Amino acid sequence: MAPTPAARDVAIVAFAQSDHRRRTDELSEVELLMPVLHQVLDATGLKTSDIGFTCSGSSDYLAGRAFSFTMALDGVGAWPPISESHVEMDGAWALYEAWVKILTGEADTALVYGYGKSSPGEVRDVLTRQLDPYYVAPLWPDSVALAALQAQALIDAGETDEPALAAVAARSRDAASANSHAQVRGSRPQGDYVVHPLRTGDCPPIGDGAAAVILAAGDRARELCARPAWIRGMDHRIEAHGLGVRDLTDSPSTRLAGERAGAFELPVDTAELHAPFTSQEIVLRKALRLGDDVAVNPSGGALAANPVMAAGLVRLGEAAARIHRGESDRALAHATSGPCLQQNLVAVLEGES
Amino acid sequence: MSKEPVAVVGVGQTKHVAARHDVSIAGLVREAAQRALEDAGLGWSDIDAVVIGKAPDFFEGVMMPELYLADALGAVGKPMLRVHTAGSVGGSTALVASNLVAARVHQTVLTLAFEKQSESNAMWGLSLPIPFTQPLLAGAGGFFAPHVRAYMRRTGAPDTVGSLVAYKDRRNALKNPYAHLHEHDITLEKVQASPMLWDPIRYSETCPSSDGACAMILTDRAGAARSPRPPAWVHGGAMRSEPTLFAGKDFVSPQAGKDCAADVYRQAKIADPRREIDAVEMYVPFSWYEPMWLENLGFAAEGEGWKLTEAGVTELDGDLPVNPSGGVLSTNPIGASGMIRFAEAALQVRGLAGEHQVDGARKALGHAYGGGSQFFAMWLVGAEPPTG
Repeated sequence: MAPTPAARDVAIVAFAQSDHRRRTDELSEVELLMPVLHQVLDATGLKTSDIGFTCSGSSDYLAGRAFSFTMALDGVGAWPPISESHVEMDGAWALYEAWVKILTGEADTALVYGYGKSSPGEVRDVLTRQLDPYYVAPLWPDSVALAALQAQALIDAGETDEPALAAVAARSRDAASANSHAQVRGSRPQGDYVVHPLRTGDCPPIGDGAAAVILAAGDRARELCARPAWIRGMDHRIEAHGLGVRDLTDSPSTRLAGERAGAFELPVDTAELHAPFTSQEIVLRKALRLGDDVAVNPSGGALAANPVMAAGLVRLGEAAARIHRGESDRALAHATSGPCLQQNLVAVLEGES
Repeated sequence: MSKEPVAVVGVGQTKHVAARHDVSIAGLVREAAQRALEDAGLGWSDIDAVVIGKAPDFFEGVMMPELYLADALGAVGKPMLRVHTAGSVGGSTALVASNLVAARVHQTVLTLAFEKQSESNAMWGLSLPIPFTQPLLAGAGGFFAPHVRAYMRRTGAPDTVGSLVAYKDRRNALKNPYAHLHEHDITLEKVQASPMLWDPIRYSETCPSSDGACAMILTDRAGAARSPRPPAWVHGGAMRSEPTLFAGKDFVSPQAGKDCAADVYRQAKIADPRREIDAVEMYVPFSWYEPMWLENLGFAAEGEGWKLTEAGVTELDGDLPVNPSGGVLSTNPIGASGMIRFAEAALQVRGLAGEHQVDGARKALGHAYGGGSQFFAMWLVGAEPPTG
């Protein structure tokens, strides 16, 4: 299948994120988000009233209240009224909706944000509520247990082993030493099994955080950013929900999204993968055919900071920021949602030399 | 590069009822999607992407239920987006789907919105616990009643107008086989005598709590050319948002609603909505919102909306029929209610609205709102393709 042809050149021109932390009891979600919005706007000199479209991603279940995203509008400052939308998904999909909006020509710039506070609840329990409500959710299988099933399937298939998983954990957290926003910085012991075969080190930290990016089209992007991260392609695909009908050692949805995004047309030098568990990086590397010459998760990835509903958007932002800084010329960014990588988004970003 | 024109070639709804005990959530959404596909003469493999919307996940107790619904909606291997913009979500969802076609990212998109409210109690699901709100409000009616009272005070509207809206919409619903409430013995006196729930809103002037789903198939020019039945063409669509509470907010006629309508009319080249639009499906969860939105959407001057209602202009055989389907007052699966407005507007200009068809409808407006009168989504559809 041919990659989606983009009707307009659209780029990520700015990225900001919070310091991701285990708890932010003293901050409401809007208080967590506001500094990030200010940073990303300041980076471009834009004001809310200059933005053509605003889109966000968050979850009522994480917040523990209905319509939780309405409060975040206070942080945006939606007055005079703004053209705005919200997805009950990771902010990466909000970015996708905003990208499509710009492609229609109805907007030239977009503000995208995602945020989540996992600290008020038990996120392992909360995420069980996104499973099939009739046959699976009543059993409360938690996110770590499901990831462990996937990890064991990979080990059984000879795709990885525990030392290889430990190496993913160590590499990610070493990389995060240079990332002041990360929650877990620097290598740490793998620790005990949480759910066999996954140890503490194989699992993401639980925490709160927010992220925001600004998109702009064509010459507007060049005005706002010295080296825009052009979105050469972006696509997302979903798989069946029932784990029993999926091959957990593979990710056909990631591969298809990658194909449609043009990921395989030219090699990438960087990949920011949204792999909350070490074992999921193994699956994604295979699906995206990433060799050892690709810098995978130089930010530390979701193993260093995993603010649920923002972590996918952070991947897009980190990949773009490397292009902004001249550290990458062609980068892949990936986001995931659902149990065991059920739904995946792939974007290919490029800088102009 | 100009936008690809977008056509609605399929509409499907479930029969909306208080509780669909016979189907799962997956069964409910699939029923609507299957009907939309049949209307369009298409199969599941013709669909490139799925865009789904619903109101808060707490209403069914399933977090991000689109993950579980991927199989039922034939989305496996395809893109699936989930929109949530409060009560306006059904409209916003359709607009997000429409943009995928307009941007030429996809050719044919299934969009669907649903709510299975019998799984929980929506009124208490909407009554936020401390510390999020003061413990004074019970349900949406508690929030909106003071704004209705403000409208009455501002315009001097007689207190009889609300019951006229309810009486009209419930009679229109009798002509719509998919409507939830079919009150065959309805009379104006019964509406007027129903218990006062949230003063000045009486029980019969409030929306029901429904299980239901609504689906549409949106496609490009090539897809429309293959359509076995007449398409509806999207002439304009917009979303606008403003904060819930702030000094100077006009709850009676929010600026975001005015701006949203103005944007849609600009795109659709509508200069005089009252004369140029043949039918309106607007989001009226409490009777008084009909005159309030008539003003907000530019169909009447400020303070004059209630006069249109009182004069019978908004009746099915009136000069400007409003909610010929029976509206939200007769059917309210919350997350789907906005999309039902959009879909009913499409049915009108396709000439497929059956007994509640407005004769000769060529242009129709679909309207949805949500949150604290702060999120607005609208589209204008026409029988002819948009020009230029």
